[in-house]
Amino acid sequence: MPDTAAMSRDEIFSNVQSVLEEALGADEDEITLDASLTGDLEAESIDFLDIVFRLEKTFSTPDKPFKISQGELFPENLMENPEWVKDGQFTEAGMTMLRERMPHVDFSEFEKNPEVNKVAEAITVKSLVDFIERKLNQ
Amino acid sequence: MRWMWIDRIVTFEPETRLVAIKNVSLAEEHLHDHFPADAHREALPIMPAPLMIEGMAQTAGILVGSVNRFREKVILAKIVNATFDAEIGPGETIEYDATLERIDANGASTAGTVRRLRLPATEWETIGRVDLMFSHIDQNMAGLAFPDENFVFSDNFRTILRAAGLEDLAET
Repeated sequence: MPDTAAMSRDEIFSNVQSVLEEALGADEDEITLDASLTGDLEAESIDFLDIVFRLEKTFSTPDKPFKISQGELFPENLMENPEWVKDGQFTEAGMTMLRERMPHVDFSEFEKNPEVNKVAEAITVKSLVDFIERKLNQ
Repeated sequence: MRWMWIDRIVTFEPETRLVAIKNVSLAEEHLHDHFPADAHREALPIMPAPLMIEGMAQTAGILVGSVNRFREKVILAKIVNATFDAEIGPGETIEYDATLERIDANGASTAGTVRRLRLPATEWETIGRVDLMFSHIDQNMAGLAFPDENFVFSDNFRTILRAAGLEDLAET
């Protein structure tokens, strides 16, 4: 069992690649850091659950379980607060909430046209690597 | 019982494992169509692989549903992996052995082994693997609403549970 806390960023990326190859049937060369999970790798909502389960399995050790809470990695319940969304777009308050909840996602492109239905496209392979690196070092 | 692709539950380990068997019969119409004789060959009755995936989905689905006493609507959402190494014909018995890998509020993943009963030695031979993902659809991310009635675990499933002495698992 690897010592996950001592994993380098390259090792994390390589493990994330394996997870995405298995969960999405994607080819290794498609899974670049910039690839969007839904846009480039054609992930659907059930794949998010599959990816969460596989990441937990991959990065857990007998001493230190790797547990991802609901909504921690991928966005959920975004419509629960009417102040976050107006006319199908995130408001400034909504964007603030997203950045706080999901610091692993780079929203700089997305916020130019923050359509609620397209928020998943902002999640890239790099988002997963950043998320895991941050969580392993907590 | 037209869409029941398992006949009997033979092993149940709560929240862990469920095993069911299916007896394949020449009286089943799908074997007549899969495949009928034509000008070039004789009839070739074999159990369709998609129906074996459905059999595993029903086996694993009962296991997943039992965790929350069949209150959740458990829907097959993804066939992660399905491989078969042999063809199954009439008179054979198939065993679906499902184990629960992971479950949370949104759904579950299961791993499954498919076996055939070798006769006359009565030994089980592994002939396939089927790994699945299930969604608890009332917890879907899109927030869609579904009918209150649990249309997944209908009376057919209760019959199967009752035959295995497991009717207490389901809320009435």
